[in-house]
Amino acid sequence: MTPRTRRIVPLVTASLLALAACGSGGDTATPAAAPTEKIKLTIGLFGDFGFKPLYEEYKKTHPNIEIAENVTQFNDHHNNLVKRLATNAGAEDVVAVEVGYVSTFTAQPQKFTDLKQYGLDQRQGDYLDWKWQQGLSKDGGQVLGLGTDVGGLAMCYRKDLFKKAGLPEDRDEVSALWPTWEDYIATGKKFAAADVAGAKFVDSPGEIFRAMVNQAPVGLYDAQDTIIVDSNPDVKKAWDLSNQLTAEGLTAKLAAFSPPWNTGFAKGSFATIICPAWMTGFIQEQAKDSAGKWDIATVPGGSGNSGGSHLMVPKQSKHPKEAAELIDFLTSKENQAKVFKEEGTFPSIPSLYDDPSIQNFTKPFFGDAPIGKIYSNAAKALKPQHLGPKEADVRVAIGNGLGRVEQGKQTPDEAWAQVLEDVKKIK
Amino acid sequence: MSTLPLAVTRRRRRGVRHTLDTRVSPYAYVAPFFLLFCAFGLFPLIYTAWVSLHEWTLLSETQTFIGLGNYGTLLADGYFWNATFNTLSIGVLSTVPQLVLAIWLAHLLNKRLRFATLFRISLLLPNVTSVVAVVVIFSQLFGRDFGLINWVLGGLGAGHIDWAAGTATSHLALSVMIMWRWTGYNALIFLAAMQAVPRELYEAATLDGASNLKQLRSITIPMIRPTIIFVVIVSTIGAMQIIAEPMLFGQSTGGGGGLATGGPDRQFQTLALFVYEQGFANSTFDFGYASAASWLMFLAVVIVAGINFLLTRKVKGGLV
Repeated sequence: MTPRTRRIVPLVTASLLALAACGSGGDTATPAAAPTEKIKLTIGLFGDFGFKPLYEEYKKTHPNIEIAENVTQFNDHHNNLVKRLATNAGAEDVVAVEVGYVSTFTAQPQKFTDLKQYGLDQRQGDYLDWKWQQGLSKDGGQVLGLGTDVGGLAMCYRKDLFKKAGLPEDRDEVSALWPTWEDYIATGKKFAAADVAGAKFVDSPGEIFRAMVNQAPVGLYDAQDTIIVDSNPDVKKAWDLSNQLTAEGLTAKLAAFSPPWNTGFAKGSFATIICPAWMTGFIQEQAKDSAGKWDIATVPGGSGNSGGSHLMVPKQSKHPKEAAELIDFLTSKENQAKVFKEEGTFPSIPSLYDDPSIQNFTKPFFGDAPIGKIYSNAAKALKPQHLGPKEADVRVAIGNGLGRVEQGKQTPDEAWAQVLEDVKKIK
Repeated sequence: MSTLPLAVTRRRRRGVRHTLDTRVSPYAYVAPFFLLFCAFGLFPLIYTAWVSLHEWTLLSETQTFIGLGNYGTLLADGYFWNATFNTLSIGVLSTVPQLVLAIWLAHLLNKRLRFATLFRISLLLPNVTSVVAVVVIFSQLFGRDFGLINWVLGGLGAGHIDWAAGTATSHLALSVMIMWRWTGYNALIFLAAMQAVPRELYEAATLDGASNLKQLRSITIPMIRPTIIFVVIVSTIGAMQIIAEPMLFGQSTGGGGGLATGGPDRQFQTLALFVYEQGFANSTFDFGYASAASWLMFLAVVIVAGINFLLTRKVKGGLV
């Protein structure tokens, strides 16, 4: 081995492994398999979707189907999917796509199977209209993805920390504290004034910013897919309010989904966190010891959506029919309800929202909060927003800007100027 | 009689085969390396140069020739220069103490010791640990709120440092990780060279009353100079290509949205990480731009390695 290659070898090995992993997606048996023949379907996700019990159930009615789940980290998952579509190899039979990326992929309809040919257009009536629209090709002619969940917004808070700070604990009283984001910041100041040891008011401004932008009628893109970060007053307002959180010293400076953030959950480093429905599952996972300490209030500033996913079938799949059937099963009304009860991801099927089993559903972990009711109301009230093809890149640029302010490297104005420069470069 | 001529031809034929064997077979023996090198070294190098002259992304089907356009944009790109500065800074911070420490360790191990092999093997242990494990552990040690290092600093009354946030502090943290992995490895190379230094020189020096340090400076270092040059060059090349450490450090410490930007202010984004960001980590997949950046990085490696070569050669004058 030459000395020069010495340090590269681990990387090369890793990429070879990755290639091998890509390869394994492709060799899923032969096309046109007879019904009795064993078929292995692969499904690519970016987190725990709570599908595992459903696979078992599916196998009972479809004994010839074997399902292999492949979970990677959020950014890697979507970036890999872009690469695999471009190179026409390695994508799973069923792939999950988060809402921030969905228009990136629906803009390339030639890369995906039109689920209409397997009759899935009949599911349209089940869905929230905007959720259904997000899964269509740009011209609306093809059904490329079926929705799993929506991320109606709420605000999770730590009752014990609120008590220490002399704030109300009851979820209705807490909700009454913050009809607007300005009120939320004012509450934060009260919390900070009480000086609760080891705890800040909020984890970091990043996800709060995202929620505020999502509440606006128009977000980072206009309807013509032009980035309007520099001209949309709602984005600038969200930016200013987010930085106000930093300026008032209300954030724990823990970037969402980083390892220190996970530790922060366990240590109770922050008292509130923006809570799209899927976040409840996450909190339960991360803060196992704090059962009963968390509760859920309404989100400031009205309703909004943050996150949620679609399932799609890349054209390179050798078993599009079976993959489409699996999607139909995983996104069915009953199964969305099941997944919600287990995992917290909230259904995108409105007929469930008034279903008593959802309406009356409570979770002991969150002090028996009526999470079914809270998220039903959030989902009913929210107005959809148009999302553009490079949402994720724009969000990274803005997230870095907020991070620079949080780390004290720049003033909000300097950071904003650099954000606009960065956003301009996104092609 | 035909037996004799036949024997002669046979002998002659064997002679031809023999020459063929001695002349050609060495090339056949080295051929596998060169074939692999051409496929995985030379070809990508040249192809990258070709790609760098185009507007070339993974997603679009067409590639337009734009000459040196990518290079022009790159030289005007502040983020590229930022990455260059970070690479040099981390390179110096990690390589210089690393080599001094490695020579010193090798010098200690060059003495007659009990369990010498055990010590020598344990030097190599950090190097065989996976880089991911090293960075994950060190990121926790350098954690802002609950890291061990800040805990000690807090205990000493020095207050907490947000290691990943600052430019200098993050470079320092990364340098420690790099040194942890490579010091022992380089010490072993130095040790091997030191063992070839004749013992009589040390004996004579001891008789003359030269101190331990004096012996290291006046005998050991000049005698192992070729090895020092080799290690300096190799370490320089390695340091210029650092990517795994800053990338994983960024992921382990969070801060901002980008995982390949090396912190929200790009405070620890190295050149290799910059190339990765442009080519693979944003949804543009700008291969042309990333290729141009890797070529400039290649040039930078050659220049810095060349400078270091000249500098290390000069060391001779001061010591002999």
